[in-house]
Amino acid sequence: MMDHAVETTLIVNGTPTTRRIQPRQHLIDFLREELGLTGSHTGCEHGVCGACTVRVDGRIVRGCLMLAVQAAGKCVDTIEGLSDSGEIAELQRAFHERNALQCGFCTPGMLMAAQDLIVKKPHATRDEIRDHLSGNYCRCTGYQAIVDAIETVLKAKQLAADERR
Amino acid sequence: MNADKIKSDGTPGTGYIGQSVPRANAKRLLQGRGIYTDDLRLPRIAHVAFFRSPHAHARITKLDFARARGMPGVIAVVDGKAVAEYCKPWVAVLAHLKGIKSAPQHAIAIDRACWQGEAVAAVVAESRAQAEDAADLIEAQWEELPVVVDMADALAGKYVIHSDLGDNICFTRELDTGEVDAAFAAADVVVEETYEFGRHTGVTLEGRALLADYNAAENSLTVYHSTQAPHMMQDIISRHLDIPEGNVRVIAKDVGGSYGIKVHVYPDEMATAALAVMLKRPVKFIADRLESFLTDIHAREHKAKLRLACTRAGDILAFDLDDLTGIGPYSVYPRTSGIEGNQVVNLTGGPYKHKQYRAKLNVVFTNKNVTCQYRAVGHPIAVSITECIVDLAAEKLGMDPAEFRRRNLIPDDAYPYTSAAGMKFEKLSHHQTLDKLLALMDYKKLRSEQEALRKKGIYRGIGLAAMIEVTNPSPAFYGVGGARISAQDGATLRFEPTGMVTCMVSVTEQGQGTEGIFAQIAADAVGVSIDKVRVITGDTGTTPYGGGTWASRGAGIGGEAVLQSGKALRAHILEVAAAILQTGGEMLDVRNDSVVDVRTGEAKLALAEVGRIAYFRPDTLPMDFQSELVVTRHYTPRGYGFAFTNGMQASLVEVDTETGFVKLLKHWCVEDCGTIINPQLVDEQIRGGIVQGIGGALFEHCIYSPEGQLVNGNMAEYLVPMAGEMPDIAIAHVVTPTKTSELGAKGAGEAGTAGAPGAVMNAINDALRPFKARVTAQPVTPERILKALGKV
Repeated sequence: MMDHAVETTLIVNGTPTTRRIQPRQHLIDFLREELGLTGSHTGCEHGVCGACTVRVDGRIVRGCLMLAVQAAGKCVDTIEGLSDSGEIAELQRAFHERNALQCGFCTPGMLMAAQDLIVKKPHATRDEIRDHLSGNYCRCTGYQAIVDAIETVLKAKQLAADERR
Repeated sequence: MNADKIKSDGTPGTGYIGQSVPRANAKRLLQGRGIYTDDLRLPRIAHVAFFRSPHAHARITKLDFARARGMPGVIAVVDGKAVAEYCKPWVAVLAHLKGIKSAPQHAIAIDRACWQGEAVAAVVAESRAQAEDAADLIEAQWEELPVVVDMADALAGKYVIHSDLGDNICFTRELDTGEVDAAFAAADVVVEETYEFGRHTGVTLEGRALLADYNAAENSLTVYHSTQAPHMMQDIISRHLDIPEGNVRVIAKDVGGSYGIKVHVYPDEMATAALAVMLKRPVKFIADRLESFLTDIHAREHKAKLRLACTRAGDILAFDLDDLTGIGPYSVYPRTSGIEGNQVVNLTGGPYKHKQYRAKLNVVFTNKNVTCQYRAVGHPIAVSITECIVDLAAEKLGMDPAEFRRRNLIPDDAYPYTSAAGMKFEKLSHHQTLDKLLALMDYKKLRSEQEALRKKGIYRGIGLAAMIEVTNPSPAFYGVGGARISAQDGATLRFEPTGMVTCMVSVTEQGQGTEGIFAQIAADAVGVSIDKVRVITGDTGTTPYGGGTWASRGAGIGGEAVLQSGKALRAHILEVAAAILQTGGEMLDVRNDSVVDVRTGEAKLALAEVGRIAYFRPDTLPMDFQSELVVTRHYTPRGYGFAFTNGMQASLVEVDTETGFVKLLKHWCVEDCGTIINPQLVDEQIRGGIVQGIGGALFEHCIYSPEGQLVNGNMAEYLVPMAGEMPDIAIAHVVTPTKTSELGAKGAGEAGTAGAPGAVMNAINDALRPFKARVTAQPVTPERILKALGKV
């Protein structure tokens, strides 16, 4: 078979990264197989479950629906990056204290979606939290603890914002 | 255990037991730093993809691998006969399920495929993508055979799937207390209904995963496996691949959801292990989502006719059950596919004090995917049918369903008690549970709201479901039938020189918090702070032998082993301390990481100092003294076959009678799992279980065509509960510790799933009551509701 690999540069968790990438390779497989960023998971490989959620140029996407070469020149953030930068430390703490995870397989994707909500909709209601998470499967928790944890973070941020005023 | 750690009624003392301590092992999962089986990379790793039957039942007349073998990266392409050279077939029967039969099953099918998705060839390549590319080029010719899809057809036996077996019946059971017909004849009220349950499956977010690494020099096989039962798998891999058991090590790293799906022997996983031996290199198999739907065990396909007899005053006299379940073409190894139906027989009518009971069970083979034990095995069926017919009887009597239950539930002072089905209950708390549930949900207020809203054309329903649950199984569950599945578990506690405690336990972690509660128990039992305890599970190479995680047994059985091991280690630490301090051990205790004076609590010696002297300066201790700072203890439940628990759930729904849509407004559960080691973890087990139960009640269904094709085997078409549709769930407890162990813990992991479907179905029927409409089939889809309403 001919080698159709395309030399591609993308910025992964802040670091410019250049690889020869097969055009058919999905972003999630590239991150996991080529870069060893195994924190993002493949759950369904058809864009339903949300376990592969990563952030591309600030927007959350399904890593299983985007080809890696489509991320050329873009900033890709994964759970590893968001953890190391401290960006989601508050969410992670709230999830831990509320036991908003069990097996943890959905958790990186869930945290990506949760952080997206926190940035975009800081005054989200409980129902809005539930709606926002409705692209992310969790088979363990029944979701309530996740909703509680996100609500806790949103309220704490609102309180902090109110105090700054 | 120290008296201050836990009170006799099971409420928490001053220790960690009873506290909602966050799980230490969750932190890595929150950072994406868990290690699931697919995250592992080994040198020379190869990947397997399976070529699967597109037909539900067909003879393989030709398999041509020529083109596949020529593809880039391909290492091997093999059929069932080649794999059978390395892996012996199995027949999944157990001696205590009298008469159960099944056919030999191979790791890869030979000559014939019996369900759509059964693997008939395997391709091993340098990458999974290459393996899949090559599998697409396998050329197969098939001779289609008659297909048995419907359970009744299977029972009638017009076509027999395994001709050697004579019929399609895997297992039958009849139970009869006697006097059942007399009870029905004497009854003032008899109700009868037939309930149907669709197949559903676990949809673990992490697919099944196995990485087998064979070392030909040692004839040893290390198997990284997403499993609930490492020792069971070690035994089975050893016996079927003919490798000495000591040379097989099974390691379960992080497991991305199991719920019973990952406690069975899967042919493709056995084939993967065999391929590693054949090819003398590591081979990894990760089930993709489409394979998962076709081959992960399904469960719960039942058609159950239930009759109930009662008096005009409202006393239940008898139940009469006829249950039919279809299990696919093979009984699943090694637990068998007879257990689910057996549980339905054991549990139907279980909360109630009637004396007469008759049950008939038929378990039949079909040409669909196999079914086996999935979270709450049999309970969702038994609870749904019992509670739905109880509601129907209450309606016919004109009694409030809560009061009808109160009249018939086994009294709280009646224990020990043997149910009509012969189940032995140590102590249950149905009436306390009912009272607490009605208060928690404000039942009376909900009823008056319901009444008021009906007048406005808003149809809400309140559904109750009482339940009993099998937990902490003794060897009576599997061992007595000949299955080499350990009913006991062990804990090894090692005191480290720094004063830390390493705790190795044979029960496994799948996210339920097993390691967290073991740390809590170990810390209390030894007398150290919880940050000093490190827990290791999921490795046959390091932990004691044990059963693993299934049947709600981890906390009750594994927890007791940790407790006893911790107490023994504490005593051994005190022996060393006594030798150092030259005093009697009885004068000392371990508290807060120090050896203290037992009377005053005054700190005498830091544990790190005990460790330093014991390990590095034993020369300073008396000549005849040898410290022993590693302790192992085991625990086997005895006395009762199971530590039954009880609980009751309630569901509040609103049914849109125009669209058939159900809105879940609220759900409540009161349950009694005995001693609660970590309230938050127990509540989250129950919440997650309830939502899984709701999934089966409303959404989840593996739909097969008449040709035996799974028509919705993908996540877009197989619906599961999502965040937006689920209600908040309120949970409360009654605490009745089991006296069969010192810890007193019973299981909690399956209670939610056991009771939720019955509660939700009753709530829907309660909402539909003004229309004299009832639904009797799960999942209760909008279509079924509209049909019941006569609108479609």
